[in-house]
Amino acid sequence: MSFKSFSRRGFLKSTAAVAGVTALPQFVAADGHAPLTVGFIYVGPKDDFGYNQAHAEGATAVKAMEGVVVVEEENVAETTDVQNSMESMINFDDAKLLFPTSFGYFNPHVLETAPKHPDVRFQHAAGLWSEGMPTNVGSYFGYIGMGQYLNGITAGHATTTKKIGFVAAKPIPQVLLNINSFLLGARQVDPEITCQVIFTGEWSLAVKEAEATNALADAGCDVITCHVDGPKVVMETAAGRDCFVCGYHANQAPLAPEKYLTGAEWNWAGVYTGMVQTVLDGGTIDNFVRGGLADGFIKMSPLGPAVSDASRAQFEAVKAEIMAGGFAAIKGPLNDNTGNALLGAGDALVETDIALESMDYLVEGVIGSTS
Amino acid sequence: MEDLGLWVIPLAILGGAIRVSTPFLFVSLGEVLTERSGRINLGLEGTLVFGAMSAYAIAYLTGSPWLGVLAAAAGGAVFGLIHGLICWLPRVNDIAVGIAMMILGMGLAFYFGKPYVQPVAPDLPSISFGWWSDVPQVKAALRVNVLFLIGAVLAFAMWWMFRATKVGLVIRVVGDSTDAARAMGLRPALIRTLATAAGGAFAGVGGAYLSLFYPGSWNEGISSGQGLMAVALVIFARWNAVACFGAALLFGGAGALGPTLQSVGVSEGYYLFFAAPYVLTLGVLIATSSPTRAMTGAPGELSITK
Repeated sequence: MSFKSFSRRGFLKSTAAVAGVTALPQFVAADGHAPLTVGFIYVGPKDDFGYNQAHAEGATAVKAMEGVVVVEEENVAETTDVQNSMESMINFDDAKLLFPTSFGYFNPHVLETAPKHPDVRFQHAAGLWSEGMPTNVGSYFGYIGMGQYLNGITAGHATTTKKIGFVAAKPIPQVLLNINSFLLGARQVDPEITCQVIFTGEWSLAVKEAEATNALADAGCDVITCHVDGPKVVMETAAGRDCFVCGYHANQAPLAPEKYLTGAEWNWAGVYTGMVQTVLDGGTIDNFVRGGLADGFIKMSPLGPAVSDASRAQFEAVKAEIMAGGFAAIKGPLNDNTGNALLGAGDALVETDIALESMDYLVEGVIGSTS
Repeated sequence: MEDLGLWVIPLAILGGAIRVSTPFLFVSLGEVLTERSGRINLGLEGTLVFGAMSAYAIAYLTGSPWLGVLAAAAGGAVFGLIHGLICWLPRVNDIAVGIAMMILGMGLAFYFGKPYVQPVAPDLPSISFGWWSDVPQVKAALRVNVLFLIGAVLAFAMWWMFRATKVGLVIRVVGDSTDAARAMGLRPALIRTLATAAGGAFAGVGGAYLSLFYPGSWNEGISSGQGLMAVALVIFARWNAVACFGAALLFGGAGALGPTLQSVGVSEGYYLFFAAPYVLTLGVLIATSSPTRAMTGAPGELSITK
């Protein structure tokens, strides 16, 4: 083709034709309807062995559904960046259902973007939707504290020093609930056990997480778990220090096969495919969705080779109780770790109690401080 | 495991100094070499991250962590070379080029590093100097990586090079006065480019330590600004290689303070303890500053001192 014959009109015609042909299968699904475009936004890399990977595995399950197109973006900061990402998914990809998956996306970013696009559904993980907020916004989360409670039971059986450790990012309610549940689970085995917590101050800070893990091992902790975005460093460092580990967010067993006891994992695949199916069927997702082990929102990693028979038996028994519903890990009599009474004898906060989502204390037996 | 009480604190600071200091040490040694020749390379953060990625990838693909270190050094040298060659052009600002190279290095590392976040690469070997003790904490603190020892030897070797060898003298002349260097028949731009390339190789090796030993995995947040801090350490260490070694140890040890204090029960105000290394830096800079004389040891051709 000579340069002269390459006219603007000709170029537009041919590219339009090409675009039309390639886009055809995307815009017309098997039954002739336009497919539903679903957008997923992650705060970090989607293969981080952790929080983002758990959501990305859910997105992968959605991709396999008929009549659905998935768009994804990772490493999107909890700033106006996420508003730009959502706008571009809506305007350029024609997304009708969005999953902005990080805690900090909710307020103000999701809440500001949603009213501008009433025909788009925003499903936010971990946020607290309440009356008065835009009705095309929903928040969903799982009772993963129960998973940490079960982690604690295996930790209680595995520890010989009666000290277990927790590497935590920030003292927000979900993290505090996990720490408290981990200790209370272990105390079901032996009420003498204490849990040392170290806060790193950030969701992802590899060197500080490794230092925190080493400090826990130095302090005598011999079972370690964590609540950071990517638990890979904590798991590898702890196993290197000959400590047992309990996983979080996703299955980290391949990182420390001998030392891995079990882990509290998200199970977003079922949740996400369910929500997408509801939209495909023309239904509406509830604005406020929560679920636990029994609802398939979370799951436990298979028990590792170091878990004893006694440990396995208690783990399975408590798991069955949780599956039956109405289980309370946080129950009285209970003091916080500064000596104030929290719950009297007979009082209990069951897993579905909304009060757990504003937790601001560490229970007795946790060594650490929320500030 | 025994309960050591408050003895845990000095032990953790020692262990932290040995574990965390190596990337600071390598990057700051590289920067000393570059700045002594009269250039500033702010891009070493990017080189560090790229080094971490390439070392992890090569170690995973070949099964040999040492080939990973070599790859990181080679990659770092290429980044340094590009910086040096661009600065060879007339009226190019080395600081601006450095910032561009930093962002480029990180971008390339994230792009090529995507497939290597999940796999587990072999670690660099370490030597246990804690054989004399039965205390597991002491054993753990004295598990010293080979790269740390190499870095320590290199720090003293570089100090000796600048003090007593012809190569050292040539780099210093170029760094202190372009005119004097030209009068001696030296080619300042060439020497600076080579020094920047060598400095880049050092920073690459620092990255290899991050991904292949401590914390020992590759992900996008692996460095969190250590390369930038190391560049600042050079000023703190007054362009002296042995002082860089000391400064890196100090930074590593101070960084261990925050987690350790929490582990012995001093848990209030941990954000403040995490800032300890930076407070320390400010304190030392203020204590050693003088209103009457210029910064001692600063190369005369450096764009920040001119």
